[in-house]
Amino acid sequence: MADAIRMIDLYVMGKQYTVPETLTIIEALEYAGYQIKRGCGCRAGFCGACATVYRIAGDFELKVGLACQTKVEPGMYLAQIPFFPGRKALFDLERIRPSVADFARLYPEVFRCLGCSSCTKVCPQDIDVMQYIAYLQRGDFARAADLSFDCVMCGLCVSRCPAHIVHYNAALTARRLYSRYLAPPDAFLKERVRAIEAGAFDHELQQLIDADKTRLQELYNNRDIE
Amino acid sequence: MVYTPHLQELMKKVEETRPSRVGVHYPRMTAAERQEVLRRFHPDFIEAGFRQLQVGVDKGSRVPLEMADILEAGSRLRGAALDLNRCAYDVDVLVIGGGGAGASAALEACAAGVSVMVATKLRFGDANTMMAQGGIQAADKPNDTPCIHYLDVVGGGGFYNVPELARALVMDAPLVIEWLESLGAMFDKKEDGTMNTIHGGGTSRKRMHAARDYTGAEIMRTLRDEVYNRGIKVVEFCPAVELLLDSSGRAAGAVLFNLETEEYLIARAKTVIIATGGSGRLHYQGFPTSNHYGATGDGLVLGYRAGAKTIFADSIQYHPTGGAYPPQLLGLLVTEKTRGLGGTPLNINGAQFVYHLETRDVESSAIIRECKERGLGVPLPTGSTAVWLDSPLIELTHGEGTIERQLPAMLRQFARFGVDIRKEPMLIYPTLHYQNGGLLIDEHGRSTVENLYVAGETAGGIHGRNRLMGNSLLDIVVFGRRAGRHAAARSGEVRPDGFSLEHVWNYEKELESTGSAGGRVAPILLPRYTHR
Repeated sequence: MADAIRMIDLYVMGKQYTVPETLTIIEALEYAGYQIKRGCGCRAGFCGACATVYRIAGDFELKVGLACQTKVEPGMYLAQIPFFPGRKALFDLERIRPSVADFARLYPEVFRCLGCSSCTKVCPQDIDVMQYIAYLQRGDFARAADLSFDCVMCGLCVSRCPAHIVHYNAALTARRLYSRYLAPPDAFLKERVRAIEAGAFDHELQQLIDADKTRLQELYNNRDIE
Repeated sequence: MVYTPHLQELMKKVEETRPSRVGVHYPRMTAAERQEVLRRFHPDFIEAGFRQLQVGVDKGSRVPLEMADILEAGSRLRGAALDLNRCAYDVDVLVIGGGGAGASAALEACAAGVSVMVATKLRFGDANTMMAQGGIQAADKPNDTPCIHYLDVVGGGGFYNVPELARALVMDAPLVIEWLESLGAMFDKKEDGTMNTIHGGGTSRKRMHAARDYTGAEIMRTLRDEVYNRGIKVVEFCPAVELLLDSSGRAAGAVLFNLETEEYLIARAKTVIIATGGSGRLHYQGFPTSNHYGATGDGLVLGYRAGAKTIFADSIQYHPTGGAYPPQLLGLLVTEKTRGLGGTPLNINGAQFVYHLETRDVESSAIIRECKERGLGVPLPTGSTAVWLDSPLIELTHGEGTIERQLPAMLRQFARFGVDIRKEPMLIYPTLHYQNGGLLIDEHGRSTVENLYVAGETAGGIHGRNRLMGNSLLDIVVFGRRAGRHAAARSGEVRPDGFSLEHVWNYEKELESTGSAGGRVAPILLPRYTHR
């Protein structure tokens, strides 16, 4: 039942290799003989370690993507981005507030956006990056937090930005500000934390710890399920 | 459409049966049925996949072959020119590993006012934490209590859990949610602030908190950001390859290896926290894995050589829903939240064969049984078999748009390789997911070696022989914080002297005397997937 796998030619940093067409870029690099140190992380599209630049032979366009989330194509010219020296503003979350003034002190470059939309075009998560930058300029942290949420911090936006904005770090700060100061708190959570700290469950839990296995099994097998 | 004509034909059966399955509750297994399916089909019961350790503090205990291979291996430092007195770093608390446990430990140790350093193999945050999608458990609803959570934890763990560790886990859980929120982690909430919570496999209350299906990523990036804000020293691409002990046999630092310059660097410390994560990249029994690239069991090797005891090291978790097709998704995690939202596993006839929220060990075993014994798996073009996971049923049950809102990562990931999970069911098979056991700790995160702490997936005892969904993100923060606090306090009391690697050379001698080294060297640090 297994179908024969077709082989294709591509180029890793200029050298030609022949690899199975079913591979992702990461797998193709490995198939070609590379043991990757930088530029490989979760291999599942969550960590942003494997930002990659490529071009297809015959085309002028430089394309980008996550190497673990992009299938190889014939004639690809591949390169990994090992590290991107983007700036992160340091702050004490307890001493700043979700205001345009505070935010502008941390990330003044956000207000220099040229509106070119390079960031949005390049985002492998298809996030409208430029739009959340606009929200940040207006101090709309709730919308910026929501829109930027799926960011994997791969840095491709930063690599293309003519205004030198570090979008992913600015967005993370916005999300932390939103969650800390603007999201409504869960009323019962605080009550539960206080009850635990006051020892409200200590006795009942000790009884479970002291129970023998038969008793625990009985309790477990007959517990009511929501 | 990436499914072959044959798969499309088979998919029609899923579509035919779907209307009749909406809102229908498939029965849960009885306790006896659960035992039976585990014994006959769980990989932990396949004896050919295990052997007994010949050396070390747990000599005679049973571990997976691939784990035995790294534990019974020589040191990378044999023959290396090394001056233990030339110290590159000297700190109070050394944290080895830059995932969620390491970051939590570093933050607490820093808050205690001592000097802390994080040494990590890849980038800070490159860890299984980042990939955890579905959620984090905490009993913070009026109809729930830490005691109910406790019963779920120990029942799910087969009643093997170390009780004090399970207690710490459930009691700290609401505190952890509050702490993470105070740091600005964004959990899914209703308009009035009430946390959105759902079921996971084996939970008796809806206590799974989520941040879409990027829960671990949200926790990791928040913790990492805060570690940087506090000015904690982080050294990336520098895995530890051995622990240093002092003349009294207490942990007192580590030898780090700069992956890029290939230099060895001495890091001295008063206390050491191992937080290096799991070992999925060892591919036990040939399984693909959902784990991070760096999950090569390094901490087990370091700790075991230094004399730290293990617990349940032979207990491995296979996540029921790993990607099976298309091949680019092989082994990748399909979050349990997919089942939490009502996605159900189906066989080749489009029929459900197991309750969709059994504990992971039971659910995986039932899927293996459906394919291997009953022959009702879906044959794949790659030559292996799988079962369907009916994701479109979620849209039918909870309304259109649910997948886009609740499972954006899954939707995106499958779409990249040509599957629209809103309309087409996924093809899944169990994938190697988690190391249930590890180095034995107590409720402060202390290992059996003095001044050596362990937190996160490297630690064992908390989850017994099967961890529930949402208890790992919880565990790394609970025990990371506990270890960080205790290690910081302890660091004020110790004055290590006489740094040595004698324990490593002694271990090697024991290894040679049994003839079980086999020329291997560990920790392996990176898996090797090169084809030539």
